[in-house]
Amino acid sequence: MTMIFGVPLAAFTGQLMLGLINGAFYALLSLGLAVIFGLLKIVNFAHGAMYMLGAFATLLGMQYLGINYWVSLILVPLVVGGFGMLIERFILRRISHLDHLYGLLLTFGLALIFEGTLVNFFGVSGLRYPTPELLQGGYNLGFMFLPIYRGWVLLAALVVCLGTWFIIERTRLGAYLRAGTENSALMQAFGVNVPLLITLTYGFGVALAAFAGVLAAPLYPVSPTMGSSLLIVVFAVVVIGGMGSILGSILTGLAMGLIEGLTKVYYPEAANTVIFLVMILVLMLRPAGLFGKEA
Amino acid sequence: MATTETARIPSAAMQRQRRANMRRNMFYLALIVIGLVAPFLAYPVFLMKILCFALFACSFNLLLGYAGLLSFGHAAFLATGGYVTGYLLSSYPGITPEVGILIGTLAGVALGAVFGLLAIRRQGIYFAMVTLALAQLMFFFFIQAPFTGGEDGLHGVARGHFLGFISLNDNLSMYYFVFAVFLIGFAIIQRTVHSPFGQVLKAIRENEPRAVSLGYNVDAYKLLAFVISAGLAGLAGSTKTLVFQLASLTDAHWHMSGEVILMTLLGGVGTLLGPIMGAGIVVSLQHLLAQSPLGNWVNVILGLLFVVCVLSFRSGIVGELAKSYRKNFK
Repeated sequence: MTMIFGVPLAAFTGQLMLGLINGAFYALLSLGLAVIFGLLKIVNFAHGAMYMLGAFATLLGMQYLGINYWVSLILVPLVVGGFGMLIERFILRRISHLDHLYGLLLTFGLALIFEGTLVNFFGVSGLRYPTPELLQGGYNLGFMFLPIYRGWVLLAALVVCLGTWFIIERTRLGAYLRAGTENSALMQAFGVNVPLLITLTYGFGVALAAFAGVLAAPLYPVSPTMGSSLLIVVFAVVVIGGMGSILGSILTGLAMGLIEGLTKVYYPEAANTVIFLVMILVLMLRPAGLFGKEA
Repeated sequence: MATTETARIPSAAMQRQRRANMRRNMFYLALIVIGLVAPFLAYPVFLMKILCFALFACSFNLLLGYAGLLSFGHAAFLATGGYVTGYLLSSYPGITPEVGILIGTLAGVALGAVFGLLAIRRQGIYFAMVTLALAQLMFFFFIQAPFTGGEDGLHGVARGHFLGFISLNDNLSMYYFVFAVFLIGFAIIQRTVHSPFGQVLKAIRENEPRAVSLGYNVDAYKLLAFVISAGLAGLAGSTKTLVFQLASLTDAHWHMSGEVILMTLLGGVGTLLGPIMGAGIVVSLQHLLAQSPLGNWVNVILGLLFVVCVLSFRSGIVGELAKSYRKNFK
């Protein structure tokens, strides 16, 4: 059997693949955080809860309404995104004139509410969602075994990430978004409906998190606390990459997933913490973050 | 002779100031008297829990209320103080409780220095995220470290004898010990806030670039505030471990960092007494809810409180009271 630094090749590539998939989730979530932060200037602490709601909506949709995976993939981000827009319109907007730290605190409270409510109904142990039939099984690529669903998650996450990059950097709507990030008061003076744009942006960021939740449902146990622990890691990823650049968020997310996967191979004890350690290193060497502009 | 003359006929402003000081001292004195008789009116362990969390919240408030720094990782200092004291007291029976608490506090100071050095490199939102991530790192460390008892935590920590001869096993003597610790901690915060150092902190909070342009080494001030706050949080954690004879992962979890924010916010950010009141309310609420049919909804209710506080009650209870007092009586 081929060995890489004392580890069987198949185990090595397998862990790397797992890491890359985690990285895809980091990328999707930190991208959503960055999009929301750009225009609203708040860090959405409810982002993990929205990811969790996405996974639960998928699960419950199948159990009670018979909605299959493929429909969920479209429908759940729309529904949860719409829910996010309501939150923005009726709650977050009321504090938009205040210090941005209040936004963090408010969304933290929302996260506690969503998480606590679902814990009451479903407990903290995870529920299982079956892998859709079309994506069951896997290929033996010779150097590794690739479960089809994992390959699909990676592909779907990358397509959505790059699609988001395209919308923001290459379309008129994205141009509005970027202009609003620079100076929303001036934009409003030019006749753009900025409040609507803000609502849509928050909804879009939340929809990205919900999309990640749908992808995660067959992969990880679906539990009310699945979002919060993930979100703290994503915060570290965001500190490492900075929230200024879309591509930066995507790249940092994937890279951190890979580093985590590598750590799992060579020093499993540190797999939980390696991203935080990278964050410390980045803070010492490049305080503004890898892609950050301001300190 | 001239100096005694002016002392004998003080100006009106000085008189007003002196009267205000007198009122404040009387107020503090009344609170201390209440603290002294309280264990005869309520269950001492419950009161000790409130005092520990009040000290924790006061330490957090020093940072948010007076330096404008939102730490989302204060649980790490509480847990570090608790674990260090718990480990020392259960592994080395010769150590007296006050030494155990002192070392636990110093551990909080040391960790605060490390966290502070890293976190003050970023501002605002990022500062909160960095402290949260560092605290999560400590959480994983406490799960794996050999001296914390992992998921089980440390149980049966001996309270021991204060100064070697006053037994703390009796809840009443333990209460007065905790009360003394709390008063020391509160006095440190009170002095810090009203010192020139505290004034500079407020200047930094109001306008950081201005403080820099006035020649203050802003980072050094922030770091010192962070270290003092972390040390006092460690003190709270150490004392709490002694009271409950227990150090567990609950103290290190990010929920705890959130709870201390809620206590401070509810009572009043940037007021000296607010965090104490907030801690009292949150601890009492948890206590009451745990016995009611709503026991499972504690987190939801805390979350609702958060939302309500941020939306319509940002000055907190003490802050709002002070506002209405100023409006009606001055």
